[in-house]
Amino acid sequence: MAIEIAQGLPGNERRKLLDIWETAPGLYGWLATVDHKKIGVRYLCTAFFFLIIGGVEALTMRIQLAQPGLKLLSPEAYNQLFSMHGVTMIFLYALPMLSGFSNYLWPLLLGSRDMAFPRLNALSYWVYLFAGIFLYISFPLGQAPDGGWFNYVPNTELQYDPGINIDIYSLGLIFLGISTVVGSANFVVTLLRCRAPGMSVNRLPILVWGTLTASVANLLAVPAVSLACFLLWMDRRYYTHFYVISGGGQPLLWQHLFWIFGHPWVYALVLPGMGIVSDALPVFCRRPLVGYTLVAISTVSTMILGFGVWVHHMFATGLPIVALSFFSAASFVIAIPSAIAVFSWIATIWTGRPQFKTPFLFFAGFVLLFVIGGVSGFMTASVALDWQLTDTYFIVAHLHYVLLGINVFPVVGGIHFWFPKITGRMMDERLGKWTFWTMFVGFNLAFFPMHLIGLMGMPRRVYTYSAELGVGGHNLLISFGAFLFAAGILLLLINIIRSRTVGAIAGSNPWDAPTLEWSVSSPPPPYNFAVIPVVASRHPLWEDRLDETADRSTIHHGLVLDDGKETVGITVLDAEPDVILKMPGDSLLPLLAALGMTVIFSGMLLINYLIVAAGAVWTGLVLLVWLAPRDHASAERPAVYG
Amino acid sequence: MKRVAAGLFSLLTLSNCARAPLGYLEGAGPAARSIASLGWGLLGISVAVCLITGALLAFSIFRRRLQTEGLDGGDDRSALRWIGVGLSITTVLLLASAVWTLWTVRGLSDTSRAAAVTIDVTGQQWWWEVRYQSDTSSREFSTADELVIPAGVPVQLNLRSRDVVHSFWVPKLAGKMDMIPGQTNRIRIEADRPGVYRGQCSEFCGMQHAQMAFFVVALAPADFQAWWNHQLEPASNDPNATPQRFFVERCSGCHAIRGLSTGGILGPNLSHFGSRRTIAAGVLPNDPSNLARWLGDSQGVKPGSKMPELHLAANEVDLLTTYLEGLK
Repeated sequence: MAIEIAQGLPGNERRKLLDIWETAPGLYGWLATVDHKKIGVRYLCTAFFFLIIGGVEALTMRIQLAQPGLKLLSPEAYNQLFSMHGVTMIFLYALPMLSGFSNYLWPLLLGSRDMAFPRLNALSYWVYLFAGIFLYISFPLGQAPDGGWFNYVPNTELQYDPGINIDIYSLGLIFLGISTVVGSANFVVTLLRCRAPGMSVNRLPILVWGTLTASVANLLAVPAVSLACFLLWMDRRYYTHFYVISGGGQPLLWQHLFWIFGHPWVYALVLPGMGIVSDALPVFCRRPLVGYTLVAISTVSTMILGFGVWVHHMFATGLPIVALSFFSAASFVIAIPSAIAVFSWIATIWTGRPQFKTPFLFFAGFVLLFVIGGVSGFMTASVALDWQLTDTYFIVAHLHYVLLGINVFPVVGGIHFWFPKITGRMMDERLGKWTFWTMFVGFNLAFFPMHLIGLMGMPRRVYTYSAELGVGGHNLLISFGAFLFAAGILLLLINIIRSRTVGAIAGSNPWDAPTLEWSVSSPPPPYNFAVIPVVASRHPLWEDRLDETADRSTIHHGLVLDDGKETVGITVLDAEPDVILKMPGDSLLPLLAALGMTVIFSGMLLINYLIVAAGAVWTGLVLLVWLAPRDHASAERPAVYG
Repeated sequence: MKRVAAGLFSLLTLSNCARAPLGYLEGAGPAARSIASLGWGLLGISVAVCLITGALLAFSIFRRRLQTEGLDGGDDRSALRWIGVGLSITTVLLLASAVWTLWTVRGLSDTSRAAAVTIDVTGQQWWWEVRYQSDTSSREFSTADELVIPAGVPVQLNLRSRDVVHSFWVPKLAGKMDMIPGQTNRIRIEADRPGVYRGQCSEFCGMQHAQMAFFVVALAPADFQAWWNHQLEPASNDPNATPQRFFVERCSGCHAIRGLSTGGILGPNLSHFGSRRTIAAGVLPNDPSNLARWLGDSQGVKPGSKMPELHLAANEVDLLTTYLEGLK
């Protein structure tokens, strides 16, 4: 047992840590790794891949809509495309992308060696991947989900949609929900138990606040949509009538269950993105974030209010006026925390000294898009005005300003920002700036005119429109902008691929940033931190220069923990070292469990009980092995800390 | 170049939006007008917020500052004042907007003026059944895809659905109201002046959601009464004529015409079809050549439509076209 205080860890100690933590080489290691960094990068790559698929779907639709009355796509093909575009971007790109960042960054930001449950982390990735494939399996057969991502009943009941399209949707979302819930639970427990000693709640990076808040919300919201989908599947295949009028069911039940999930989910898609900006923008302003505490509080309060606004998706369903007024007022109130964040960012830039690096451009551009998406949201919060705005292209404009503005722009900025940490090389600045301007101009050309055609009454979710509406010119401009935006994404892809091999060597802290991930080498070693750091402030790497307090974080000496795969568990509130956690090594169990679940859901899709039973037995056995008690006597010991 | 710029500019103006056939920034009735004022108000606030925040952002980025190395310190009072001021202004604006909204909603739900007419509108894939109510049942009748209303008085609509969720929307006259199976949603529309107002289904309702339009035609009250009386007259009552026999044989399983002894309810009621503006819920303008196209190739004109391919011979198409267009 070697708990020791190491001053500048010698090479042989690092070697020992490497042996303990490094993933096994070859195919086995590739399939069995539980390293949060590898899993994080997988999340990022897979989500980026889905972004491209969803983007190609969008471009196909934009060709069809470029002029009134075009016949490139049949109505059925268009309806499948817009449904899969929504499902892909919302479920398979937006949240997994943020999960990728958080997976990669959390332990590094928090000063830990891995997530609390590394194998669960791997499981959540595999389930995400398989659920994504599951959702796409029927696409080549022309049987993809075609009821929209919102999938309103009874249009998606068997009577009106007899194929397997909607079964794919409902089972796919339940399957994917497992990944989301498992991942969220992991984030929450990691935060509670696996921070570095001294990382008290007032020292957490805002990205951590964002992902934590989103994760708690997911734990509460995802079961609602899983239930909704399960009931729908029962309606379709076992002739229950949860949503069927003739059997005493209620179509509005779907809408409530869906939006009580859907609206909090939207915030889950943006809060970590806002967190990325709150953490990374100050680096390029050479000062800490203005109003850290207020921004952290606003993050949490956005989410809490986010659970009380779902009915604003249902203003036109004929609910009582009193109820609508309540939800309308709540939807106005939710703008207040967003205003705090916006003014905090502007004040940070104002009082700082901006450095015009590519990530800064993305973050500053994001602030403007956030404001535009925010005010259009403010307009739809008004119940009376929403009776006109809802289901027009105004909403399409709003949601893209929100989801691309607050998710994609911070994500792409974040890619430029953390790429050096992940790969050890810098991305090309010149190409990066071209990427930003192409994306920014393309984005606004594509989505700003949608506000106008929305105000002109162009309905959304239509495969064609009449020339009489007078929106042909706008739509041509929009389609052009969409392709320009896509060209920006292509530039980003080229930059990523080129810079991986020819980018300038980054060093551990190329941006002179303040947080813990920049204290380790780029790319970080498998064990993250050679010694467990002890954190004394919000900006461990800026302490000497900011000189806010006399306390200093210790990063280069401290607990080594090289007696097996170990990290420190802390007390929840004060972040005092509590126990030493024994971490699991490489394991095929997560992959095997995810495969078993895939078999179960495939069996459910085919209504073949034999396959379901085989998958269930398989998954059950895997879980038994997973949960089989190991020698716990040595697994957790009280931390003796010097 | 100049013309392109001028064209682009006109695309981007809001007054252009207001004039569009489905534009709701300009209302043609009291309900739509009060929402339009609210719309302009909130739009004004939104644009102002974007411009001011955008200007602040630009100035904060580009303002001149002392070039020094190193880091700036932690939170100081002046930086936090930004959040304080921003938050106060935002809160006041939000509060004012919420009050304005609720005030508008209160006005919209005022039903003190009696409705002149009550009409049941039933959405179905992908057309609108319209049934006029009356105290005397002999004065009730059905039509489709077109609502004729008297101008200057409120009209009560009972909105229902026969299959999936649809949404009834005539932007120039009122906001949307969903048509949900199993429930009746009520809404009032009123047009100030006689005119034709375009309507559109605005909840995704399956394959042909895009092509589920309708028209509201507002007439002067006297014209409206005359129109109603005309609707009650039989549209076709010559049982021996070949066209009518052919219609009964081939079409009346789904379609009814006032005056005929048989008729179905699966498809739109075709009484006085010749006087309607469009075919197949807004897909084609109603003229003989378009009708012939529709009868000859319904699945080509509106793929997925519940109107089956009829496989009619050319002379049969002509026969039906002449017959239906004659039902004025």
